[in-house]
Amino acid sequence: MRCAMGMKSPFSPRSPAAEVGALTLISVNVQEADFDVARLQSSLLMGGQEEGAVATFTGYVRAANEERQVNTLQLEHYPGMTEASIEDIVNQAARRWPLLAATVVHRVGKLSAGDQIVWVGVASAHREAAFSACEFIMDYLKTRAPFWKKELGPEGEHWVSAQQHDRRRAARWQEDNAL
Amino acid sequence: MLKVLFFARVREQLGCSSIELRWPETGTDLDGLQEQLCCERGDAWRDVLAQVNMIRAVNQVVMEGNCALRDGDEIAFFPPVTGG
Repeated sequence: MRCAMGMKSPFSPRSPAAEVGALTLISVNVQEADFDVARLQSSLLMGGQEEGAVATFTGYVRAANEERQVNTLQLEHYPGMTEASIEDIVNQAARRWPLLAATVVHRVGKLSAGDQIVWVGVASAHREAAFSACEFIMDYLKTRAPFWKKELGPEGEHWVSAQQHDRRRAARWQEDNAL
Repeated sequence: MLKVLFFARVREQLGCSSIELRWPETGTDLDGLQEQLCCERGDAWRDVLAQVNMIRAVNQVVMEGNCALRDGDEIAFFPPVTGG
């Protein structure tokens, strides 16, 4: 899904249309397939010369979590709501910082230790906006987008529990708008 | 008709990923729907749906409390999210 912010989208019922002057290109994909970080980053830059900064984050499947060995990670999601909630999060970021483009790719299905799970890329004129927006998007994604992880390892199956520290990280964006 | 979806641990505990219910026998608000499900399906469902931190969404928007339902709504029950 790729859309220009400010356009009416059926996937963003939660937030009013953004009131920003610049057009922010937003792309959100939930997919089983792996992704190519270099290709994603180059597609984030649309050939304009306004971008002075790109901040990106790549998440991977850890081979161990809370001392449990993880061979396989199964990622379940709520089709439709997942894409809508990520788009909503990116729109919130674009209202807080002057972004030129933002891309989120999140994998679902069966993944192995070491696999890429998630990629967030944000382009802006300056590094502060890019760093902050990238972190904001990840913090909100972890606590608001409907994905669920189930670990499979030698000790059996285990649904991953939501973490208090993830909620705290997301909450700090509400406490201090100037972060 | 209402569509009710269950995800992740909730889906496994109930052994059910989705059901369709005839409107308005479902109850016309979210709490009423949940109570109706518990009455029809028994204590196992009551225990699962009453779990602390259960998240309820109506038409793919998370609800903090009770809300009115309308014919055609999509309701979902799921545990706290763990993506990223």
